[in-house]
Amino acid sequence: MFGKLTLQAIPFDQPIIMGTCLAIIIGILAILGLITYKRRWAWLWTEWLTTVDHKRIGIMYILLAAVMLLRGFSDAIMMRSQQALASANAQGFLPPEHYDQIFSAHGTIMIFFMAMPFVVGLMNFVMPLQIGARDVAFPVLNSISFWLTAAGALLINISLGVGEFARTGWLAYPPLSELPFSPGVGVDYYLWSLQISGVGTLLSGVNLVTTILKLRAPGMTLSRMPVFTWTALAANMLIIAAFPILTATFAMLLADRYLGMHFFTNDGGGNPMMYINLIWTWGHPEVYILILPAFGIFSEVIATFSRKPLFGYRSMVVATMVITLLAFTTWLHHFFTMGSGADVNGFFGITTMVIAIPTGVKIFNWLFTMYGGRVRFTSPVLWTIGFMVTFTIGGMTGVLLAVPPADFVLHNSLFLIAHFHNVIIGGVVFGCFAGLTYWFPKAFGFRLHEGLGKAAFWFWLVGFYLAFMPLYVLGFMGMTRRMNHYDDPAWLPYLLVAECGAVCILIGILLQIAQLVWSIRKRDQLRTNARDPWDGRTLEWSTTSPPPAYNFALLPKADTVDAFWEAKQEVAEPAEQAYESIEMPKNSWLGFAISFFAVLGGFGMIWHIFWMGVLSLLAIVALLGWYSWDEDDEYELTPYDIDRLERVTIHAG
Amino acid sequence: MEEDISVDAAIAGSYPEESEALPTRQHVTGFGFYVYLLSDGILFAALFAAFAVLRGATDGGPDGHALFSARNAFIETACLLTSSFTCGIAMLACDRRNRFMTLVGFLITAVLGVMFLTLEIREFSDLVARGAGPDRSAFLSSFFTLVSTHGIHVTCGLLWLAVLLVQFLGRGFTPAMMRRFLCFSLFWHVLDVVWIGIFTFVYLIGGYL
Repeated sequence: MFGKLTLQAIPFDQPIIMGTCLAIIIGILAILGLITYKRRWAWLWTEWLTTVDHKRIGIMYILLAAVMLLRGFSDAIMMRSQQALASANAQGFLPPEHYDQIFSAHGTIMIFFMAMPFVVGLMNFVMPLQIGARDVAFPVLNSISFWLTAAGALLINISLGVGEFARTGWLAYPPLSELPFSPGVGVDYYLWSLQISGVGTLLSGVNLVTTILKLRAPGMTLSRMPVFTWTALAANMLIIAAFPILTATFAMLLADRYLGMHFFTNDGGGNPMMYINLIWTWGHPEVYILILPAFGIFSEVIATFSRKPLFGYRSMVVATMVITLLAFTTWLHHFFTMGSGADVNGFFGITTMVIAIPTGVKIFNWLFTMYGGRVRFTSPVLWTIGFMVTFTIGGMTGVLLAVPPADFVLHNSLFLIAHFHNVIIGGVVFGCFAGLTYWFPKAFGFRLHEGLGKAAFWFWLVGFYLAFMPLYVLGFMGMTRRMNHYDDPAWLPYLLVAECGAVCILIGILLQIAQLVWSIRKRDQLRTNARDPWDGRTLEWSTTSPPPAYNFALLPKADTVDAFWEAKQEVAEPAEQAYESIEMPKNSWLGFAISFFAVLGGFGMIWHIFWMGVLSLLAIVALLGWYSWDEDDEYELTPYDIDRLERVTIHAG
Repeated sequence: MEEDISVDAAIAGSYPEESEALPTRQHVTGFGFYVYLLSDGILFAALFAAFAVLRGATDGGPDGHALFSARNAFIETACLLTSSFTCGIAMLACDRRNRFMTLVGFLITAVLGVMFLTLEIREFSDLVARGAGPDRSAFLSSFFTLVSTHGIHVTCGLLWLAVLLVQFLGRGFTPAMMRRFLCFSLFWHVLDVVWIGIFTFVYLIGGYL
């Protein structure tokens, strides 16, 4: 009846896990209680859970990412503390089987449920506003995408309290992740939660590409698209091209684990190295899916705060597209040590180094944008400058790793760990924070507190260097990744410095939370020139903050890249413009309902409660059929309605 | 706040006069679905790649030469290609708002689809009965996964078509119906293209060359 699920699945004997679970449950109950006490259930359902508005879905994505950042960071600081303690004779506070789950969960959560939702959320919120669209191409699908991502995140977090998580590292290499070596439910949690959220990401990619290619405002040719929209286009094309490979690869591993097949097993003719190849043909494009939108954010930020058009718009677009193509030519550098021979390794080493060229073009473009500009050193600009310095260092250590002989020495060492945190924190995370600060006033109508934001930036920056520079040294000293315990006391001082860095980052995160709370409480003081607080250049700043559900009462027109900036320079004659009716998508419960059954079905499959898995799948099919019955999925806003709504927002603004 | 309004006006420019009309919903949906199909193609590409890698990994068990029947695969191909043709006929009838021909075209498509699936299931159960199931070897794992992923797509297509036809009987050529038929026919044709790949690489090259 309940498959492999018994009461023993809950680790009552683990005080750390039980304490965490208790705190989470109390937290959730407190939030539910607050909603009930404030009688906000109906509001929550109509305004958020069933919304198909791209702006609100974007905000929910970012909220999910923020919560998962806390989870992933808790894992990180536990690992740092373990390594700071477990030297020589000391064993630290984490037993190996728990430590292995923590590093696997840290990587999985940070990439799939922190970085991805953050980037997808920013694209969701900003991109349709930038291209002057009323919504994405498929609003209901957008809601489904978000809720599937949330379903995956929920499943992976259930593994904390019910059962276990994978002990295989964040990419679950076989044969370790095959049934004989990982008989528990950990790998199944990993696979099902990523399959579910992966479908969501893929659908979101289809949606956003269609939006960019089909729904741009009149006059906005491809060569007039803001650079963030260009990078969003590139990232979403990569999603469409790369995520199906991930789905297929995980499907094969699932077939091995559930149906006794032999894709990657040691016996039966299976080929584990095929998994490594397949997973990295997704995995390498994935890092560009994350970093390209961050590049777009930096481009917007640096142009706005330098009060200059972006230097080298065309070269920026070409560099973005070149990176998009090259993304699929470098995957083998993740396993030079597989032994493909000098020719193959040489080829992939060169393609890897070539990527540094378009990336370097971008760095110079940003520098030249600042050159001669009147740069305002706001916190988004600080994140951008911090990024340019940090990312350049990370890029150079990447080129070092791209040299196959050097990689043979450094493979799987802490040098590698330092390198990819160098580019992901210094690139993606800083970019997300820059974007968050930059577009926050557009989403909510007030700015975030600058002083706290700057303080958070400095703690993050210093913390990052303290935490990861020692790891480069440790890599050269021979320390490999994922160690629960080590005998060499010479490593300890470096790991203590790294621990200090993690604490600095913790302070940075706490300052960001304080910044958010303070800004919400004092929002009336921070509500200055809400429509266009930074003297922006692109169309998202031309509408009210927060924008109305339909984004623009009158569809904007774009004659240049910096359409809004140009418009502000002209003496505008207040032309008589009549509003026209707008077809608006209706709210939909479909996404929430599908993801409810996706969680149920995923949980059933993980625990071999197959009837639950099958019934949930049938329920999802039935829901889709039922939903398709009602063709009336839009409502009309008449010019009179729009006029009334616009008057209200203008008075409020 | 007056400034804001005039900025709006400046941005909006002289838009309504210019004839850069936004694309229709039909157009956007068709394009989006096409993009989705491209991603589906990549899913199959990964499975084809796995088949290519594992083709020789029979683990001492039977290989394609011993297992595949060209006759069966040929009849399957004939069913599927003909169903694509009738699907095209139905879409042409859709464009002319010919209710009867639309219905007949799609019904024949569905019948041929069911025939294809029946043949495939018979082939699979026959292989399993001969001890050549998906758990026998890596080669058979990749064969079953590739071909059955296509088969699952066909099954989904048939379910989808059934729902569409019931809706069509009730409401005729509404814009939503036309959009859905367009997407379905795109889907069905792409399944054909994938099948041609399977027929060539799995059954012809894998079974005979």
